[in-house]
Formats: sequence, structure tokens, C-alpha cells
Amino acid sequence: MKLDLVNNKDFLAGLLMISVGAIAFYMALDYPFGSALRMGPGYFPRVLAGILMTFGLYVMIRGIKSGEKVEGAWGWKALAMITLAFVVFGWLMDRIGMIPSLVVMFFLAALAGHQFKWLEVTILTVLMTAFAWAVFIWGLGLPYRLFWWDY
Amino acid sequence: MEIFSNLILGFQVALSLQNLAYCFLGVMVGTAIGVLPGIGPLVTIAMLLPITFNLAPIPALIMLSGIYYGSQYGGSTTSILMNLPGETASVVTCIDGYQMAKQGRAGPALAIAAVGSFFAGCVGTLLIALFGPPLAEAALKFGAPEYFALMLMALVAAACLSSGDMVKALAMVVFGLLMGIIGTDVNSGMARFSFGISELTDGMGFTVVAVGLFAVSEIVKNLETTVQGEIFTSKIKNLMPTLADLKSSFWPIVRGTAVGSFFGALPGTGPAISAFSAYMVEKKMAKDPSRFGKGAIEGVAGPESANNAAAQCAFIPTLTLGIPGSGVMALMLGALTIQGIAPGPQVMTAKPDLFWGLIASMWLGNLLLVVLNLPLVGMWVQLLKIPYRWLFPSIIMFCAVGNYSINNSPMDLYLVAIMGIVGYILMKLECPPAPLILGFVLGPLMEENLRRALLISRGDPTVFFTRPISLSFMLLSAFVLIIMIVPQMRKKKEQAIHEGGG
Repeated sequence: MKLDLVNNKDFLAGLLMISVGAIAFYMALDYPFGSALRMGPGYFPRVLAGILMTFGLYVMIRGIKSGEKVEGAWGWKALAMITLAFVVFGWLMDRIGMIPSLVVMFFLAALAGHQFKWLEVTILTVLMTAFAWAVFIWGLGLPYRLFWWDY
Repeated sequence: MEIFSNLILGFQVALSLQNLAYCFLGVMVGTAIGVLPGIGPLVTIAMLLPITFNLAPIPALIMLSGIYYGSQYGGSTTSILMNLPGETASVVTCIDGYQMAKQGRAGPALAIAAVGSFFAGCVGTLLIALFGPPLAEAALKFGAPEYFALMLMALVAAACLSSGDMVKALAMVVFGLLMGIIGTDVNSGMARFSFGISELTDGMGFTVVAVGLFAVSEIVKNLETTVQGEIFTSKIKNLMPTLADLKSSFWPIVRGTAVGSFFGALPGTGPAISAFSAYMVEKKMAKDPSRFGKGAIEGVAGPESANNAAAQCAFIPTLTLGIPGSGVMALMLGALTIQGIAPGPQVMTAKPDLFWGLIASMWLGNLLLVVLNLPLVGMWVQLLKIPYRWLFPSIIMFCAVGNYSINNSPMDLYLVAIMGIVGYILMKLECPPAPLILGFVLGPLMEENLRRALLISRGDPTVFFTRPISLSFMLLSAFVLIIMIVPQMRKKKEQAIHEGGG
């Protein structure tokens, strides 16, 4: 059996749990632990971080033993485009107004798919932007600037 | 009887034009997402949660719960007509429902599914009305040790009873509890796990976590594969079930409702497990089990009643104790929290209009669903023609604007992106996100009750075992853990024996 840890499902899951637990434990060292009678702000996080690391270790060892692989391919491109869409929208919202931000975001999100047809995406963008305006600005009355010249 | 005056109050609230409109909207959206594969109630509720922040609490909850139980109705339609389960809970319905459709009996199958769901919905609503008040009253007497033990039991049970890997589910609960700590500690005023980001001193937003974990990861997962499902359309001729159909479905509906109500109220077990169990029950009860899988109407009636009963009864612990048993219920509780309502047994007495209005709206919603579903079946099927590449950017757009609208802060969107990455990686590594969000919701409450319990007992941890109610919760959690571990050990033992002997 070849040891393939990069695609080992449980090894990676365990590694993730241990890392999160270790970071949490390290950060919680700055918070007073207190005692069982008077729990400090560091008590609960440190206990939890310890438990998480224990679980992580168990899952990791189990992964090395079983060698089960991650199922299917990773959708890194789709994940990147979608998270980028959120980040760019958030960044643009305060700068160029809601309508242009939505247009940019819609195109970025649509790029995550397998097919990208310019005409189709353009029509959808217009329709959905209008819908978003109707729901959020007209319906819920949120006070956002629509374009950059509204500033 | 107090219950009647309460129900009258509930119907007064639910029948107001605004609330009726949100109920209608909720069940419409619910049916639509039930029909569409790849978009479930979790994604939809996560997407709409931030928007409900701008609504009043009652219409917000009425709409969100309508989406949840509405999706149980919609899920059966495509299972029967196309062998395409819109929801995990309707996978079982495919087995016999699709066979019935192939035999030209799609109409009766759809009708029985709707009738069964409606019956289950009525019973479920009644159960909440009957058991809600006494449960809440009992819970009001709970002290900190009882509460801590109850939450521990709910989390352990939710992690152990849900399908999939128990150890990973428990680890995800702990991960969620840790994430719940983010923010300012109420007792010391210390900012914990804030990573120097000022927005995080108020805690991680609930909607941020929900959208990242459920919406983003689900969409990316759906985009991994290029395979597009084929779409068949079959003609539905006769909707009316025969008298024989009704007769043979009566007991399966009743049994399915009972199974669903039981599993629905338990933490960790939801509509999917209920539907599966109901199917097994029917197969065992049948005189001729070989008919199953070949278009037995009992195989549609039982599971369809069970999944709807489970969807309704899941509200019992959520509304009366403030303890959610599943991911969707955690989102419901989050909807309450972002409205500034602290969930727990006091909701029923402090906000009777919310509690009883929601119950009344559920009954009305079930009625609306029958009326909507049967005659409009053709229209719902048309929804399947919408390609996913049109849907997902629209979902993302709603998630983004909605999350921005809560704090008007770009930081929330950056955090959604981070949570999305975390959620996707967890999903690929088969770490279930539902226990994480349960832990996240209950985290701050658990810490507070643990602290108080230990303060009362002067630091003595046996306090959880000396008080009878707390002790029984602790014993139940231990019991659930043990029965889940033992079969695994047994299996391993058998394997070892097998390997040794072979």
C-alpha cells in the first residue's frame, strides 16, 4: 500500500482539526484560565481545543490506517471565482454603488460555471440586478447608493 | 381549555393579510426548491436569513418554516415523475413512486403523497400545540446544570444519530462551539479569537456562517461535476386514487406519521431517516413484501407522511427548549436570534403571538400546499428546465446583498468568503456541517450555563450528576454514545474473527 497522504480524506480531516485546535489553544493561552469555581475566559476554549485536537489525532491515525481517498475532483476554480465574487462585491459596494457592484459580481460568479455564454449572462445580469433592486431597495427600503454619481 | 384560546390567537395572527402572504411565499419557494435538485432547504434558508433581518419576527419565521415543510412536498413530485429526488428525504419515494408512474399511475401516487403529507402535517402541528406548552413549562424550572446537560445531550445525540461518521460529527460540534466563542466574553469583557478584526469582537455573524457553510460549499460541489440530468416529462392522466388505493394507504399514512413524529422530535434524526424507517416498517408489515420496489402504493404513502411529520415535529424542541436538533432548525433559531429574541422556553410565554401564530400558519401552509401541489404539478415540473448555470449566480447575489445589509459592512462578505472555503474543504473531507452550526448556535449558552453551574456548586463538577434531571440527561447522552460505539466494536470484532479464521 502506497502512502498517499495528500489525497487521504481522514488524514487531511484530522490534520485540519489538529491545526484548528492548536491555533485555538495557542490563542487561548492569553486568556486567564481561572478555576472550575470561577471559570476565566480561557477555560472553555482551552478545554474545547484540547478535545478537538484529540478527535483530530484519532481521525488522522484512522486515515493513515484506512487510506481512503477524497472523492471526486476538487472544484478549486469554482470555489475561487465564487469567493472572489463575494470579496469583490464587498469591496466595490462602498466605492461604486450597488448596481455596478452587482454587475461585476454576477459576471464573476457566472465564470465559476462550466458554460459561459456572454449574451445569456448579460441578460441574466440585467434581470437579476433589477430583481435585486426591487427586493432590497424598493421592497425592503435599504438606503444604498445605486451608482457612483450618487455619492 | 387554554389551548383553544391560544389557537384562536394563533389563527388571528396567521390569517392577517401580511402573514398569510409570507406563508404563501414560503410554501411556494419551498415547493420550488423541493422540486429542484441541488437546491435544498438549507441553502435556501441560509440565503434568505439575512433578508429576514429586515422583516418583523413573525412573518420572517412563518416564511422560513414554510420553505422547510414546503420542500418536503415538492421533493416527492420529481421523485415520482422522474425518479429524481429533489431532496434527500424523498430518495425513498423514488423506489415505488417512479414504478407507479411507469405503470401510468403517477396521478394516484402524487395524490397519496399529498394526502399523506397533509395528514402528517396536521398531526405534527397538533403535537406541537399539545406538547409545546407543558415542555416549555417544565424547561422554565431548569437551572444551569440542567440546561448544560440538556444541551450536551442534544449535541451528542445530533452528532451520533445523524448518518455518517460519528467521530467527525462530534469533532465538528466542538469546532462549532469554538467558533461560537469568537467575540467579547460577557463576563470578563475580553475579546476572544477576534484576530485583531474589530468586527469580530461582536462575534461571528450567524448568517455569515450559514451562507458560507451551506450555500457556498453546496454550489461549488454542484459545479464540480459536468453531468447534466436528463429531463423526462410524462403525462399525468388521472389524479384520483381509487378506493382500493385509499384503503391500502390509510394505515401506512398513520404509521408513517407516527415514525416521522418520533424521529422528527429527536435531535440528529430528520426527514430523511424518518422516510427510510417508514419504508422499512411498511415492507415488514406487508403481507407480500415482494411488491415493494414494483409500485406498491404503501411505499409512497408511508415515507411521504413520515418526512413531513418529521419536518413539523422538529420544531418542538427548537421552539419550546431553544435546542435545535438539525441544521435547518439551527438556522430557524438563528433567525430568532438575529431578530433579538433569545430562544428558549420563555419564548412561548413572552411572545405567545409568535409561537401560536407560527403553529397556525403551519397548518394553513399545509393546506395551501395540497391546493398548490396537486393541480399545479405540471408547472412545478417545468421548473426543472431552468439550467443550474442560471440559478447559482442568482443565489450568490442574494447571499451577498443580504449579508451586506445586516451590518452594512464589507467585512461580513470577506468572512463569508473565508467560511465558504472552510465549508467546502470540510464537505470534501466528509466532515458534516450541520453539527458545526449546532455547536456554533449553542456555544455561548453552553459556556454560560457551565460557568453558572460550577459557580452554584462551588466548583464541584459532580453537580451534573447529583440533580435528578441533569443526571438523566447525562445518562441519556452516555447511553447514546455507548450504543453507537458498541455496534462498531462488534463489527470490528467480527471482522477480526473473520480475517483470523479465513
